Amino acid sequence: MKYVDEYRDGNRARQLAEVIAATAAPDRLYRFMEFCGGHTHAISRYGLEDLLPDNIRMIHGPGCPVCVLPAGRIDMAIALAQRPEVTLCVYGDLMRVPGSQRNSLLRAKAAGADVRMVYSTLDAIAIAEQQPAREVVFFAIGFETTTPPSAMAIRLATEKRLGNFSIFCNHVLTPPAIQAILDGVDLADPDQVALDGFVGPAHVSTVIGTRPYEYFAETFAKPVVIAGFEPLDVMQAILMLVQQVNEDRHQVENQYIRAVNRDGNQRAQAAVAEIFELRAQFEWRGLGLIPHSGLKLKPAYAGFDAECRFEMPELTAADNPACECGTILRGVKKPADCKLFGTVCTPDNPMGSCMVSSEGACAAHWTYGRFRDIQRKAS
Amino acid sequence: MSDKRRKLNLRTGHVDLSHGSGGRAMAHLIADVFHAAFNNEWLARGNDQAAFDVGQGRMVMTTDGYVISPLFFPGGNIGSLAVHGTINDVAMAGARPLYLSASFIIEEGFALAELKQIADAMGAAAREAGVPIVTGDTKVVERGKADGVFISTTGIGALPDGLDLSADKARAGDRVLVSGTLGDHGIAVMSKRANMTFDTDLVSDSAALHGLVAAMVAADGAGIRVMRDPTRGGLAATLNELAQQSGVGFRINEESIPVRPAVAAACELLGLDPLNVANEGKLVAIVAPEAAQGLLAAMRAHPLGQDAVDIGEVIADDHRFVQMTTSFGGGRIVDWLSGEQLPRIC
Repeated sequence: MKYVDEYRDGNRARQLAEVIAATAAPDRLYRFMEFCGGHTHAISRYGLEDLLPDNIRMIHGPGCPVCVLPAGRIDMAIALAQRPEVTLCVYGDLMRVPGSQRNSLLRAKAAGADVRMVYSTLDAIAIAEQQPAREVVFFAIGFETTTPPSAMAIRLATEKRLGNFSIFCNHVLTPPAIQAILDGVDLADPDQVALDGFVGPAHVSTVIGTRPYEYFAETFAKPVVIAGFEPLDVMQAILMLVQQVNEDRHQVENQYIRAVNRDGNQRAQAAVAEIFELRAQFEWRGLGLIPHSGLKLKPAYAGFDAECRFEMPELTAADNPACECGTILRGVKKPADCKLFGTVCTPDNPMGSCMVSSEGACAAHWTYGRFRDIQRKAS
Repeated sequence: MSDKRRKLNLRTGHVDLSHGSGGRAMAHLIADVFHAAFNNEWLARGNDQAAFDVGQGRMVMTTDGYVISPLFFPGGNIGSLAVHGTINDVAMAGARPLYLSASFIIEEGFALAELKQIADAMGAAAREAGVPIVTGDTKVVERGKADGVFISTTGIGALPDGLDLSADKARAGDRVLVSGTLGDHGIAVMSKRANMTFDTDLVSDSAALHGLVAAMVAADGAGIRVMRDPTRGGLAATLNELAQQSGVGFRINEESIPVRPAVAAACELLGLDPLNVANEGKLVAIVAPEAAQGLLAAMRAHPLGQDAVDIGEVIADDHRFVQMTTSFGGGRIVDWLSGEQLPRIC
């Protein structure tokens, strides 16, 4: 796997870990949030925590689109799938996500709903073409990375004059979520964990570039390093963040130069701008309502908007009040600090957003790292 | 009385409900498809059961159902899989498989040509393994009530004296051996699933492992504690099961675990972990530390164990964690899957 193996070289990682340890000042704490679930996965999957000095702490952010989808939107999707005329096409990892009442699309499918797992928007278009008598709805979710394919699907459906295709749009935006996290962390409260910098999302930045993060770096005085998802990418980004903190700099730096530039993919941005517009607000599981953080189809494309086409009522469902996802996503608490973690809340029975997909902070810690909690208790 | 019936059209014909009715059509289907493919003295007697001699000592018995999509995949089909899988379940006890039974549930409309292809593959696999299919059953269900064909096979075997492998026998200090590369079967099957669009030269590793097991038992049967074939759920599920059943933990080394580049690449593409992907021709053996080198040599001397490696050890752990030292030198848990392994969105 050329261009992948180079970024998974254990020897290079150990050398880089030595450089990080030598660069980090022993008398200070470095708290970095990796926004994206892809980074969380790499950190957990490769055990990077064991390679970092104790005074560098990685905080797993809200950047898993599956995790942040609120239960109400899952309920809406289930209600849609239960309509007899509808075929609902979804990405695989959405199938198990619980709505309220412990229901999921996997259970709805078992009960007779026509739910199909697809790998791309094109699969959904193909199903709509093959089954003109069915109403085929694509359950569109994801950050800026997966939005352009949804826009292209609408363009294609327009060209093909597909009268039986629509999307249930749940696309969300990264910058407003970072803003919400920074707004929610009380920097004046010494009991709260402040953030010293961000590992910025790679795939998102291939679309939107690095420019949107400059505001955070400047306004909140937080360094941001846009980094790839391979483990050596993450290690290098951590070193770059440590260096910025040491030098009291707060800039946007780009570790992922092999795919990201300052302005991003302007064709993709144009496609998104043509089809979508901002919602006034959108609910995030664990973070609540965030202004201008979600997208919907423009009125000109209302015919492809499942929420218009089927007059779907807006459903909301409260998170479990004992769930600490909100504070975990802001870096204030760790997964093991939550009373529900590993007791009633596990990947087999997720109660909160962080446990929902393997890239969520709690699920990653449970699946890959929970042995460390026992080691800590024993020591 | 001569048989003047019309021959089954095995080229373009389909299974219909009469083939499961218990009447003449069913008898013809069994004769032309199954007896022709399996062809042995027990079936030839035409009884509803098979009678055979049993030796002294302990017997082993197992049964398994086979449901797979697609039915045909690179390196085999549901028929060869149903033979290999059940032989392997018998063999993992250290036993010598002797006989198989096969039960078919066929959907109305299933092409006779495909059914013959499946039966022929079963017959060939059974002959190659030296384990005849001596009895069976056929049912036909209405269209829409099955996914083409489902097969159940039962196997029995004879256990050599003094051998008592069991999943509760792993002890701290034991070594963990695997017989070859992981994930080949699961990825080969996935590559042919509807709406999957990746090409690969990979073929399933589906194979009968009793020869390999016999070689291991001959080399040092007393040194083997547990054997298991890591099928659904892959190596991760197998080690977690054994950890629970033996009340131990495991520490394995990622760098030692053999995975073909094509499997690693496909897993990368789909967001899957090769440790969770199914195998149908591999075994995991937990062995006494002093027996490990000898058993490894015996495995490597067999064609199905050429790539056998020692991937780690059994450790004392009340929490029964399967821990892995990653290629980076960090640590992680290798956990069970939560439900079905589903590709990630991004």
